[in-house]
Amino acid sequence: MTFKQTPSQTVGPYFAYGLTAQQYSYGNTQIADNQLVKGDVAGERIRITGKVFDGNGDAVDDALIEIWQANAVGRFNHPLDQRSNRALDTEFLGYGRCGTGTRSDLSFSFDTIKPGAAQAGHAPFITVVVMMRGLLSHAFTRIYFSDETSANPTDPVLSKVCASRQSTLIAQRKETGTGPEYHFDIHMQGPQETVFFDV
Amino acid sequence: MSKLTPRDWDSHAAFISPEYKSSTLRGVSQSLVKIDPELAELTGPAFGQEVLGPLDHDLTKNGQVNGEPIGERIIVTGTVFDEFGQPVPNTLIEIWQANAAGRYVHKRDQHDAPIDPNFLGAGRCLTDENGNYKFYTIKPGAYPWGNHPNAWRPNHIHLSLLGPCISSRIVTQMYFPGDSLLPYDPIYIATPEQARERLVSEFSLDVTEDGFALGYIFNIVVRGVNATPAEA
Ligand SMILES: [Fe+3]
Repeated sequence: MTFKQTPSQTVGPYFAYGLTAQQYSYGNTQIADNQLVKGDVAGERIRITGKVFDGNGDAVDDALIEIWQANAVGRFNHPLDQRSNRALDTEFLGYGRCGTGTRSDLSFSFDTIKPGAAQAGHAPFITVVVMMRGLLSHAFTRIYFSDETSANPTDPVLSKVCASRQSTLIAQRKETGTGPEYHFDIHMQGPQETVFFDV
Repeated sequence: MSKLTPRDWDSHAAFISPEYKSSTLRGVSQSLVKIDPELAELTGPAFGQEVLGPLDHDLTKNGQVNGEPIGERIIVTGTVFDEFGQPVPNTLIEIWQANAAGRYVHKRDQHDAPIDPNFLGAGRCLTDENGNYKFYTIKPGAYPWGNHPNAWRPNHIHLSLLGPCISSRIVTQMYFPGDSLLPYDPIYIATPEQARERLVSEFSLDVTEDGFALGYIFNIVVRGVNATPAEA
């Protein structure tokens, strides 16, 4: 390797008008929001909500959560995924952003579709990037789904996680008046610390 | 299928760096679980010109209401490389920063320094086919913060990069050469010593535009991806 990685630095307390300007009611624009479904997209509409907790168990009011996912048949909207036997939804990018500073309960939320499994024998999941003041390097985690009771136990990544911590990666499904909702809290520290991946 | 270079932890700060106080309760405390990259990690959102407005790369103009912003005009330019030394085209770079007085437009910034009505301090651009990018902006001022008594952040610009895949994503801060505050800044010095200078831009008389703005070069290196497309 000829070149060395540029070091990561915290996103700091003032990212909102730079990265999520419209969510925080600034006058300038943003490139992504928490509404991933914008056109005619196949798949089950779901909502994902949760909070980010620090080592004291306090909800963090200035975290930035990003998600990246496959579409309903497990295909990624990216040139590297050329699997023509899985239909591409050109209207669905699969990327979203939400800060925790605009709702009174300090939660984040995403309206999206439930992804399909990207590979045979794997469970469906969503990649999550966590950033905030105090976090010097962004942290990667994954959202798995509580109703995937047959796929989760054999998922190769979930199986790498010690059994006692697997539950930190599984979003809990509940049916609501506005459709299915998955609850996924992120604990930075403490007995329920979320599993973060080196990937 | 792929070669994605790992995160080089000798280049990045530990999650918990006690001198940076808020890291002690917000940094990941348990070991990361190492996983091999799959398609989810080798892919990511690709943005193009459609997310760029005509003035997004020029922060000296994109916040103007009734005049020029106050402060020293600068040019920030450079190349985004991967670790193999290959330029990375089509990387979205988003930036945000304080104004010349050290004040952010952000609603929570309580620093008693003036807001500049003609400076927003946010912008974005894409790297071109050769991996190059360029912003025009105002040199940000230092500002105080509550980490410890008499704590001041050095002059810096925040940068967020969306490169070839979600795993090459990086958020960082660019500093200025010769800044006396750097050795006192817990965020800067949380970075391992051998990697710190990669966060400091370089003054360049060649980039400097005569009679207009001083030039700084800031090259950025993201994780390398050598991959062949997945089929069937
Ligand atoms: Fe800052």
